[in-house]
Amino acid sequence: MKSGHLLRSALLGAVLGVAACGAAQAAEPPLKIGLLEDVSGDLAFMGMPKLRGSQLAVEEINKKGGILGRQIELIHLDPQGDNARYQEFARRLLSRDKVDVLIGGITSASREAIRPIIDRTTTPYFYTNQYEGGVCDASMISMGAVPEQQFSTLIPWMVEKFGKKVYVIAADYNFGQISAEWNRKIMKDLGGEVVGEEFIPLGVSQFAQTIQNIQKAKPDWILTINVGAAQDSFFEQAAAAKLNLPMGSSIKVMLGFEHKRFKPPALNNMHATANWFEEIDTPEANDFKKRWRAKFADELYINDMGYNAYNTLYMYKMLVEKGKSIKLEDMRKVIATGEACIEAPEGQVCIDPKSQHTSHRMRLISVGPQHEVKVEKDYGTIKPYWLGEIGCDLTKKNDKDQYTPSHLPKKS
Amino acid sequence: MSAELFSVFYQFADVFAFLILSAAGLAIVFGMMGVINMAHGEFIMCGAYVTVGLVKLGVPLPIAQALAALTAGLIGVAVEYLVVRRFYKRPLDSLLATWGLSLIVTQSMLLIVGSSITGIGTPEGSFAIGGYTFSTYRLVLFACAVAVLVGLYVTFMKTRFGVMARATMQNAAMARALGARTGRIYAISFGIGAGLAGLCGALYAPTMTLIPTMGATFVVESFVTVVVGGANVLLGTAPAAVFLAIIRMALNASYGQIIGQIGMLFAVILIIRVLPEGISSVLVRRGR
Repeated sequence: MKSGHLLRSALLGAVLGVAACGAAQAAEPPLKIGLLEDVSGDLAFMGMPKLRGSQLAVEEINKKGGILGRQIELIHLDPQGDNARYQEFARRLLSRDKVDVLIGGITSASREAIRPIIDRTTTPYFYTNQYEGGVCDASMISMGAVPEQQFSTLIPWMVEKFGKKVYVIAADYNFGQISAEWNRKIMKDLGGEVVGEEFIPLGVSQFAQTIQNIQKAKPDWILTINVGAAQDSFFEQAAAAKLNLPMGSSIKVMLGFEHKRFKPPALNNMHATANWFEEIDTPEANDFKKRWRAKFADELYINDMGYNAYNTLYMYKMLVEKGKSIKLEDMRKVIATGEACIEAPEGQVCIDPKSQHTSHRMRLISVGPQHEVKVEKDYGTIKPYWLGEIGCDLTKKNDKDQYTPSHLPKKS
Repeated sequence: MSAELFSVFYQFADVFAFLILSAAGLAIVFGMMGVINMAHGEFIMCGAYVTVGLVKLGVPLPIAQALAALTAGLIGVAVEYLVVRRFYKRPLDSLLATWGLSLIVTQSMLLIVGSSITGIGTPEGSFAIGGYTFSTYRLVLFACAVAVLVGLYVTFMKTRFGVMARATMQNAAMARALGARTGRIYAISFGIGAGLAGLCGALYAPTMTLIPTMGATFVVESFVTVVVGGANVLLGTAPAAVFLAIIRMALNASYGQIIGQIGMLFAVILIIRVLPEGISSVLVRRGR
């Protein structure tokens, strides 16, 4: 009796399975998008918009018929800010779920943790954050802004406006260290002086001593590239101690929306260069914000990471459709033509063939005493030129390396 | 010169206050009661969130802070009654249970309240000495830390409850035989510990970013201070905080935060190696 029942259900299962396969073949299976973003843990407040931006883009693309006529399916895993979990989940998405493209990673440490794993496959990978620049790797397409777009604009402006002496507080990991190196290089070219540099371990939240060190060094302005919720406490504590110095950064306001999280005037006199911030007031940007808020009404701030994550799916769609293939090599042939561009809410953005980084419309913004954001200068579109200049050319050679001002490619 | 001297004192006071306030609650729960409370950071977070919520409703900051500490304390009593009570004879299991509690609480807060809430701003007030400007609120924190130490000493050394509590922690069966209501004493002690953790969160709430995992930034310092302090909490925690604060402040000032943190943890390793029972063991031996 029991075995008969089992047999019957097995048969039924087989029939249903065949039927399901038939149905799926009629309409092609969806493209699988692997997404690794922190939506819990220390960086959740920044990672959540990245997940939401991806969800919004997937919904829009599917409504308009998908990519190459195929629907897309988002497989999101939450690595909770843990680099070991990033590696584990990257392996899982690549080898078990066999995703067609991998997107994500929040800190540069998490990106460098998974890049070697991705390099062993032929799966394309999109990194969607602004970062310290320099990754020359054919598997990776970078969608965020890099130092030649952020620091080469911001630092000369700060020096001209406020003076030649800068004090740096930076998070103690690859992002902070390499960004500080960029600052040293640019300050040297400008004839400026770095009067102090302090690297802060992640998770440190108390800054009384740092504030005093800054007052002792008497800088004209501060470069704040501190990372994470704990380190952001610096702003509140500096304001309470009346530090009152101009600040510049490549990650504050548009990325961490500190001006929304802290009570004014903690972020007063902060400056940043960004390709996106929610206060951008153009018809395209306003339309994008409207669609976002229609889906996620409770969003505290639409940050640049979320915005870049949204663009990434459209960039992927364009590359796949122009190359008529989901293979990395065919996508890269499209990039090599130099015409891999999409119309984004900020304006047109294109992938540079040599470095596979993205051009951006850059603006310098400042924060006022009531935390109002003002555009100080519009730089127009800036290409990611640095890697190409120092000799990274992915159309010819795949270096799989990350370069910095002190670690340049060997001249061949 | 006096500006430099005051600055050294101010920095010492700042680190000292941070260590004492984050460790005071744990000193009772872990140091006295022997419960490895992995949810210590979540009681701190609870204090911070309640404070911010009340201030946004229009409650004045000091009252909000007091109510937040009280709330954390009451939740502590409930947690003791529902969870911790079952693990007094199984310290390692209590570690797991409270850790699970901490994960549940941080995730629930993330889902219910969101990944971050806006801050309330540090109370106005700053003063200048020499070329430096200081925030007055940091000195308020120092004063609170000293008040907490005095309060703990008086409660546990000078009151009837304190005597019974210490008796219960040393030998619960004997205390019960002598008429102490040990169950209630455990619950109240745990509640005081949780309340002090809540107070820590309440006091630091205006100065920090508010996220569900914010308690984590206090946890290392609090465990380290209690462990270095040793078995006799009332004699150990304060000297441990003084010692660690001096090391950290000196290294922070001359070599920056990284060396400051490494140096402090290195000192902890040395002390535990040389004095496995903590600083209080030396003091207690001297006293005898």
